[in-house]
Amino acid sequence: MNRGKLGERGALAECAGVTRTFGRFVAVDTVDLRLGGGEVVGLLGANGAGKTTLIRMLLGLLPVSAGEVRLFGEPPSRGTRQRIGYLPQDLGLYDDLTAAENLAFSAAVFGEGTSRALPAALRPYGRTLVGELPLGVQRRVAFAEALAHRPDLLILDEPTSGVDPLARARLWETIGEAAAAGAGVLVTTHYLDEAGECGRLVIMADGRVVARGTAAEITGSAQVTVVETDAWAAAFDALEAAGLTAALVGGSLRVPGAPPDVVAGALGGIDARVSEAPTTLEERFFQLTSTTSPTEVSG
Amino acid sequence: MNTPTSNNEKLTGSWWGTDAVSVWYGKVLALDRVTFRAAPGQVSAVVGGDGAGRTTLLRCLAGALAASEGEIRRPAARQIGYLPAGSGTYPDLTVAENLAFRAAVYGVTADARGADYLERAGLSAARDRLAGRLSGGMRQKLGVIAAMVHQPALLVLDEPTTGVDPVSRVELWSLIARAAADGAAVVLATSYLDEAERASQVLALDAGRELAAGTPEQIVAAMPGTVRVMDRPPVGDAARRAWRRNARWRVWVPDGPAAALDGLAALAGPAAADGRPEVALGEPVQADLQDAVTVASLARELAMSGGDQQ
Repeated sequence: MNRGKLGERGALAECAGVTRTFGRFVAVDTVDLRLGGGEVVGLLGANGAGKTTLIRMLLGLLPVSAGEVRLFGEPPSRGTRQRIGYLPQDLGLYDDLTAAENLAFSAAVFGEGTSRALPAALRPYGRTLVGELPLGVQRRVAFAEALAHRPDLLILDEPTSGVDPLARARLWETIGEAAAAGAGVLVTTHYLDEAGECGRLVIMADGRVVARGTAAEITGSAQVTVVETDAWAAAFDALEAAGLTAALVGGSLRVPGAPPDVVAGALGGIDARVSEAPTTLEERFFQLTSTTSPTEVSG
Repeated sequence: MNTPTSNNEKLTGSWWGTDAVSVWYGKVLALDRVTFRAAPGQVSAVVGGDGAGRTTLLRCLAGALAASEGEIRRPAARQIGYLPAGSGTYPDLTVAENLAFRAAVYGVTADARGADYLERAGLSAARDRLAGRLSGGMRQKLGVIAAMVHQPALLVLDEPTTGVDPVSRVELWSLIARAAADGAAVVLATSYLDEAERASQVLALDAGRELAAGTPEQIVAAMPGTVRVMDRPPVGDAARRAWRRNARWRVWVPDGPAAALDGLAALAGPAAADGRPEVALGEPVQADLQDAVTVASLARELAMSGGDQQ
């Protein structure tokens, strides 16, 4: 493998106008994406937004219907696959092999012999069948497997689902170290609090890219209306009756997409304090990706 | 008490939960003297990673598991709604049939309410689809609706939002708020701390034991020491008290002058050694629930490894 071929400034992965249809269904619709070395890019979207289809095209598992995918400057192939570390959502481990056997098998597939050692932290589990390991440990085994051949490009599909905060922080340390060593990382997550770990975000909805940039750029100056009241249940009912979606946060309600005067009107005589606060990424995401277009607030 | 007020009655009398409950699975202690209370009209969250004991606690509350020791206080079975982790729907029934079946089991008619919940969850168009053919997020929403359609007094939801996309998450929280607004005591397990921060009461579990408990504000206030933010990972002793968050590093500086000074020295030292500009140790930041629970986990980890007095 001629790794020197990739220039310092070259993109590790590029999508140009990539489209994939299944029959009449357009799963991915003219997507552009570029990922360089050392970058961590978060790919976000609701289920069915097209993330997994896009990943499968990047891996070379699925041909494009239109557009072009290039990895390390070439079309996807077995050769390019060798330079990718992939962590699938279901971890992709063999339950009836031990942790050590899983890594050895993967090493053999990548043409590196079978001598690969388990990371020290996982050695106590080396002789246990993967199917008998706790989920958290299985996840670390899968992670070790994806990273073991020192890939130039890491594709991680929901790597932190179901993990406690400290273990999640440790996984992100590993991801950060790989990026610091020059790898490019494309990562999906449903947990928008993790968006801060990514240098850039790409948000997909219905096969298209609907927003891209840093989390701060995407939330921008959008505001959400906040209702504080002792009678939150009554306020919740009143807002619903007015067709407004309210989210319960502690004892207060957050109403995206409706200005304070509209919310105050909907509350009628309920004793409440109505104010505005900066929107969270999750609220912004909801506006960007829900089927109804975001409400325009007239000034 | 000659003149008990109804208000007092409410405060002291109506809660569901556990009192010093332990559960053994053979020789494994899955829950270790855990006390937990859920109040009607409120959302309570149980947080922790895989193996923390969340599911065991929720099964106790739902009446699916008996305690080895301690007391469980729960309403009659027909007043409980339960979504087990990862299922809760019948794949061979349609969405509408799932709801009709569950309502029938509980002896209620729930056509209008079921339709309202489906509408709220964006599932109306999928009424006639087999549950087994729904996406993960849709199936979770159906599971929650099926658990609450009989308007239970206690609604127990085991990881309703794990692996669910953010849009479905918002819709699930709207359903959860609906149940609480209707007076249910809602208990949910989650591994997402931002979600727990929305709850009125939080119990953090680790290896079957209570790690932290109270309102999110109480848990944050009870955190020992301070949390500081750095641009680079610290080395030495401080590295064991550091974790990554938002592409920066947070360091826990425990209380006590000696411990704090040790931490600061370790932080300041290596920066000059490799010739890079000195790393500024920021002012203590306002910790949130995620910081407080992470600190509690770290403190326990350090105590178990014997490397720290804190």
